[in-house]
Amino acid sequence: MQLEFSAEELAFQQEVRTFIAENYPQELRGKQDEGDELAKEDFLAWHKVLYNKGWVAPAWPVEYGGTGWTATQRFIWSEETARADCIRLMPFGLAMVGPVIYTFGTPEQKAKFLPRILSGEDWWCQGYSEPGSGSDLASLRTMAVQDGSDYVVNGQKTWTTMAQHADWGFFLVRTDKEAKQQEGISFLLVDMKSPGITVRPIITLGGEHEVNEVWLEDVRVPVENRVYEENKGWTCAKFLLAHERTGIAGVASSKRGVDKIKSIARAEQDGDKPLIANAFFKRKIAELEIDLTALEFTELRSLAGANAGKGPGPESSLLKIKGSEIQQRLTELALEAVGHYGAPYFRGFGEGDNEHPIGPDYAHRAAPTYFNTRKTTIYGGSNEIQRNIIAKMVLGL
Amino acid sequence: MDFTYTETQDMIRDTLARFLADTYDFEKRKVMIASSAGRDAGIWSALATELGMLGAPFAEEHGGLGGGALENALIMEEMGKVIAIEPYLQTVVIGGGALKAVGGAVADAVIPGIIGGEVVIGFAYAEPQGRYDLANIRTSAKADGAGYVLNGHKGVVYAAPWATHLLVTARTGGGNRERAGVELFLIDANAKGITRRDYPTVDGSQASEIYFENVAIPGEALLPGGIDLIEKIVDEATVAVCAEATGVMEKLHQGTLDYSKQRTQFGQPIGRFQVLQHRMVDMFMEVEQARSMVLMATLKLDLPSAQRKAAVSACKSKVSKGANFVGQNAIQTHGGIGITQELAIGHYFKRATIIEGHFGSADYHLDRYEQLTLAE
Repeated sequence: MQLEFSAEELAFQQEVRTFIAENYPQELRGKQDEGDELAKEDFLAWHKVLYNKGWVAPAWPVEYGGTGWTATQRFIWSEETARADCIRLMPFGLAMVGPVIYTFGTPEQKAKFLPRILSGEDWWCQGYSEPGSGSDLASLRTMAVQDGSDYVVNGQKTWTTMAQHADWGFFLVRTDKEAKQQEGISFLLVDMKSPGITVRPIITLGGEHEVNEVWLEDVRVPVENRVYEENKGWTCAKFLLAHERTGIAGVASSKRGVDKIKSIARAEQDGDKPLIANAFFKRKIAELEIDLTALEFTELRSLAGANAGKGPGPESSLLKIKGSEIQQRLTELALEAVGHYGAPYFRGFGEGDNEHPIGPDYAHRAAPTYFNTRKTTIYGGSNEIQRNIIAKMVLGL
Repeated sequence: MDFTYTETQDMIRDTLARFLADTYDFEKRKVMIASSAGRDAGIWSALATELGMLGAPFAEEHGGLGGGALENALIMEEMGKVIAIEPYLQTVVIGGGALKAVGGAVADAVIPGIIGGEVVIGFAYAEPQGRYDLANIRTSAKADGAGYVLNGHKGVVYAAPWATHLLVTARTGGGNRERAGVELFLIDANAKGITRRDYPTVDGSQASEIYFENVAIPGEALLPGGIDLIEKIVDEATVAVCAEATGVMEKLHQGTLDYSKQRTQFGQPIGRFQVLQHRMVDMFMEVEQARSMVLMATLKLDLPSAQRKAAVSACKSKVSKGANFVGQNAIQTHGGIGITQELAIGHYFKRATIIEGHFGSADYHLDRYEQLTLAE
């Protein structure tokens, strides 16, 4: 048992640092520094760089395009990308449907979809939640009825992140009305350009257009686009949720978040001292940093278990709960730190805008980010649902 | 980076767990605590001679198993699971730790006695006015020829009534709270001029107030290293007591879980109520995070002192808060029966409560952490 990196691991760390320094898209860096909202092309720019290097899907098995890295190498990768403030790639293809397809899909599905997820050619969205099915996801009502070689799908999905840009969506639909809730659900891959699909924006508290309502009206989906057996979609859904929860810990990016708070608190004045000298504010940073350390080592222990052949299990709910709470506390501290200049509403730079926004650069996004980040304890199974999962699966209650 | 235990470490844990399950069941523990010695000395001998457990963190040349802080953590966690009152922390972790750090003749002379179970050490560092400041020391060690003369009062010295040796912090110079002049001495517990007032502690152990009145000690009793050495061994002890806490907390959580599945109210086991389920999940998360922090701090004990101290303080503040949360909620979930002496749960709660403040409260360690990591 040891914390130090081996010589090979140190060399790998250096390789990663050099690669990021030489290849991270400059235009993207500029937008991030200005606090601009990022567009699809921005995400794809970094995605393409990683794809060309063969590093776009470190967690995938090598046979499907993964890197074959050890858990430690993956840890180094996430540390270094966070340290360099690289954007996180959209998870829907790479972290969600990709693993479902290579785990449960047919050879044809793997051949068709996996290369296009890796290359970034297809942009994916997740059709899970419905207006009446949030935490109680298994109560979903979107129906798929087989008609010849197609399913005909009718219903409504909501909170569909990035659906406005998506080429494909993975949808949970009901294929058996009579079965018990979880047993009548199937997992479908749906071409978002299919006739009968309507995407309507939902604008969230920070002013962002991230999520959408998706309406499906007599949408025809070929039966060959069903992953795994009919009525066994819940198996895929559970598998995906456990995968989603581990990524959700977000340790490396929260570490960078702590550094940002510290630099804001050193820049902001509180009386004749910097804010970081304020005993109450300092205590909050210290407690946050310590909780983040606890999360980091809990994740490392879980990764060590995963290396020893245990997949991510229900204990990954712990990572989701603590990781999301920490993300929220970070945004709360940032907003507290900027004081008055949390209030001005910055719409972002439009075409031809060159007027500098009000207040310090680090203040523009503090309030919108705080508002937006309330989502982390709600999505991916709310933190209350995560507690139910631990209670049932780990504690046997 | 590697997070796997060696076969020897697994063996230490399994062997000790089996031994303690037999010797330390709740009823036997009650009997030994109520006895006149306040312990069963045969257990300590057995740990030494039958199990070879007291040699775990010592070098093979001294007759040990060649381990270190990881082995201490494993052993302390198992001790915590049965709320053992054995003086492993004081004798092996603290006394042994100091001897390993200074090496030389004194280490060669005393370590084999620790491993053999003949030596028991009490750590006399706290003073009534000192709280957790290791340099807030009035006990004096005045040079006198080749040796020293000790005068002063040390408080709440765990295991002192059983001790053959005392590890004492005392001032050879400098004013109160000055770092310079604080030194560490290993002395005979029965030296002339030492008086003790022995008493039981609330968590089932034995401790003493110790008074030194012109106690003459030889020059070689001084273990060189001063306050830096004292801070290092106290940091090691702090992590060890946190490891013990993870064992205590695991049992508090497990006991609560079991109880909630048996206790019926409103026609169903109380573990079916979501408000209690979520509370027990929160307890589970505290136990897991405490475990993670102990691992983190154990692996950082050999870093340069500023990093070591920050890691240890992060660990202790988190574990203190976790122990408080898990202990209080274990009692609350048990209801009335939890506040009686009848069930083991209350005894685990008492030990958890004392560990909370041992070697510094959560607030003390948050302060120290901030001083090291959050400078202006």
